[in-house]
Amino acid sequence: MGSASPLRRGILPDPPARYGFLVNEPPAYFDAASAAPLHPVARQAMLAALADGWADPARLYAPARRARQLLDAARAATAEVLGVRPDELSFTPSGTAAAHAAVLGGLAGRRRAGGTLVHSAIEHSAVLHAAERHVAGGGSAESVPVDRSGRLDLDAWSAAVAAPGVALGTLISASHEVGTVQPVTEAARACAAVGVPLHLDAAQSVGRLPVPEGWSMLSASAHKWGGPPGVGLLVVRKGTRWESPYPADEREAGRTPGVGNLPAIVAAAAALRAVHAEAAAEAARLGPLVDRIRATVPATVPDVEVVGDPVHRLPHLVTFSCLYVDGEALLHALDRRGFAVSSGSSCTSSTLRPSHVLEAMGVLSHGNVRVSLHRESTEAEVDRFLAELPGIVAGLRAEAGVVGL
Amino acid sequence: MNGPDEVVDCLGQRCPLPVIAAARRLPQLPVGGVLRVLADDPAAAIDIPAWCRMRGQELVDTSTVDGSPAYDIRRAH
Repeated sequence: MGSASPLRRGILPDPPARYGFLVNEPPAYFDAASAAPLHPVARQAMLAALADGWADPARLYAPARRARQLLDAARAATAEVLGVRPDELSFTPSGTAAAHAAVLGGLAGRRRAGGTLVHSAIEHSAVLHAAERHVAGGGSAESVPVDRSGRLDLDAWSAAVAAPGVALGTLISASHEVGTVQPVTEAARACAAVGVPLHLDAAQSVGRLPVPEGWSMLSASAHKWGGPPGVGLLVVRKGTRWESPYPADEREAGRTPGVGNLPAIVAAAAALRAVHAEAAAEAARLGPLVDRIRATVPATVPDVEVVGDPVHRLPHLVTFSCLYVDGEALLHALDRRGFAVSSGSSCTSSTLRPSHVLEAMGVLSHGNVRVSLHRESTEAEVDRFLAELPGIVAGLRAEAGVVGL
Repeated sequence: MNGPDEVVDCLGQRCPLPVIAAARRLPQLPVGGVLRVLADDPAAAIDIPAWCRMRGQELVDTSTVDGSPAYDIRRAH
């Protein structure tokens, strides 16, 4: 699609000329944990479903039946990857919506058991905001700490879920900010021992790591695995007490209101099946590149703290903080050199508050960079990043007059 | 505890400025001296303790002085 296409001419600005100096090197996109590029099979599936799956799948005529077939096929394929029954899976408008529904619906379904939600200190903001809503409505929430590597304190978790009046536990499968994989099996066992259901926020691990066992509800987000934005997954296992927090609606087994975006759902399912098949090979390819970043950055950039568990981690994500460096300035400097990364530093957040994850871990929050790789990331991009980073950080430190501190 | 030997006012400054101020001023104190950093950026509550850990300096107290967070750092070496 060139700059003369109707879409670009109509609503998009002209493409920026800022990368003109990098003629042969397109920008390296290192923010898959925010949104992974669309998988090629997702693009194909979406175009096919736009042509073929536009009707309302709940209706009783031929185009609707075709749409229903596509929806059923997407659900079956997705459920198979997750290892769940298709009728346990609902497609939601986003991963955030799925997390909200899991937490608030799980609490509502267990209100007779109690009003306390137990969560880790490093949950995604979607879960924490649902917890805030619960507390504002008269419920209570208990935050369980993590250690310096960002791993859940299992003893504290086990004690918290065993307390009287706990309705639900909710745990992230792996930290979206630092990559540390959580001890889900052990945390689920602690919940099961006291009859407390567990919601697993698997947004960063679905499609990359095997789905752990022992949870009652799961949420995930398609644009983290190479599907389009606007599709989330909500799984509610059979026998789980769950009550919709929304006004009644018959769609998606009554778990999420409104007609789903079927072309996006079909694309999400196609992408998930593809990345699931590629997951082991991708982990084997990206893991060593992340290891290289983990080893090289502290060796070539002075006063850097690489954070997160070095072993029990997501294969594609690494986070580090550069002492005395302003995170926003570092992001802009990297952007100018053609690197797209994310940051947990307060100056890069709309609230001007530092990342609650880095805070819970007790690690440096300023000068923070998160690199998250994907199937299109190359060794050459990583090496170019490693070659340029020391000079970029040194330049910012020189500007700020903090060299030698 | 006795008062700090020196106070550096970083109120209204955003991180990493309070940490940079601590890094500049602490070496000017004798070993054992205590520097108080006044800093109301929420990130300072994370970054001043983290800096002390990374630099082997001792965060002896975190308190509130005239309504503002205050971090007392003892020069350990």
